[in-house]
Amino acid sequence: MTKLMEWLFGVSVVGAAWALVSFDLLDLSLPQTYREVAWPMPLYLLVSFGCYSLATVGYRVATFNDCDEAAKELQGQIKEAKEDLRKKGLKM
Amino acid sequence: MASRKTSHPNRDSEDKYSILLPTYNERENLPLIVWLLVKYFGESGYNYEVIIIDDGSPDGTLEVAEQLQKIYGEDKILLFPFKGTAYIHGIKHATGNFVIIMDADLSHHVNHYVLVVRKQKEGNYDLVSGTRYKGNGGVYGWDLRRKLISRGANFLTQVLLRPGASDLTGSFRLYKKEVLESLVERCVSKGYVFQMEMIVRARQLNYTIGEVPISFVDRVYGESKLGGNEIVSFVKGLITLFATT
Repeated sequence: MTKLMEWLFGVSVVGAAWALVSFDLLDLSLPQTYREVAWPMPLYLLVSFGCYSLATVGYRVATFNDCDEAAKELQGQIKEAKEDLRKKGLKM
Repeated sequence: MASRKTSHPNRDSEDKYSILLPTYNERENLPLIVWLLVKYFGESGYNYEVIIIDDGSPDGTLEVAEQLQKIYGEDKILLFPFKGTAYIHGIKHATGNFVIIMDADLSHHVNHYVLVVRKQKEGNYDLVSGTRYKGNGGVYGWDLRRKLISRGANFLTQVLLRPGASDLTGSFRLYKKEVLESLVERCVSKGYVFQMEMIVRARQLNYTIGEVPISFVDRVYGESKLGGNEIVSFVKGLITLFATT
């Protein structure tokens, strides 16, 4: 199953469950509270996911390591390399 | 006479690392990268060869590569001037049992390759990927916008593809040769998306993937820009992978 199919399947299952409860499709006569809670769920989930995404990406950007030593090390290595290659006869 | 075995304990193993360097207009960076590879792989004692696959660079990259060949020997530096899919061509001529694919623009810290090699041995992984996003991996030279785009895109990729690896667009990788061959056969995309597709297909085929934190030093000689084109092609590639794997 492709990822797309997995998502469609998942969304259908959740969607069916939600519709079942919110619109009482099977005439189950569920208590009113179930329906009241279920009805806005998709919106809540979307908003929650949106907040989670922003928080996660924000955190990851804030903690994205800056490799200053790596850059310095590289500059040093480049100098060394150029010297050595010149000695070995490389025409740059 | 001093025993060579004590100074190069790794040379006894039969492993050989073929380092593929696809190049295009890398006349300045190529000698530096080769020098670094010779230095670090030489010091580590591992058997290696550097395969330079130049895609018809007009700036004289090939001439520089030939000079390097004279300096370091034809058994260590192999040259294939050629147009097209560098990886497939390079793999055919690789004599090692491991293949390392690198960018020739010095963005990857060469000494991290020894870490990648060791990680592979640790877990006998089919594939080891360098990651900028975990552990003490990171970047240098990126502004806030670039970091935001990178993390945002990676987050989207993780949510949609759940790939089992933290850094999909990085191109800092070590593969077992037969694993690389089977993956390249199956991959259809190019550029950023090719790197992503390789990991996704590797997961599909149940190959084991190890990760090592690495440093990405962006453009020693300037700043690379992430343009609209690249973003568009990334999104297209992501959607294609989402829908087809």
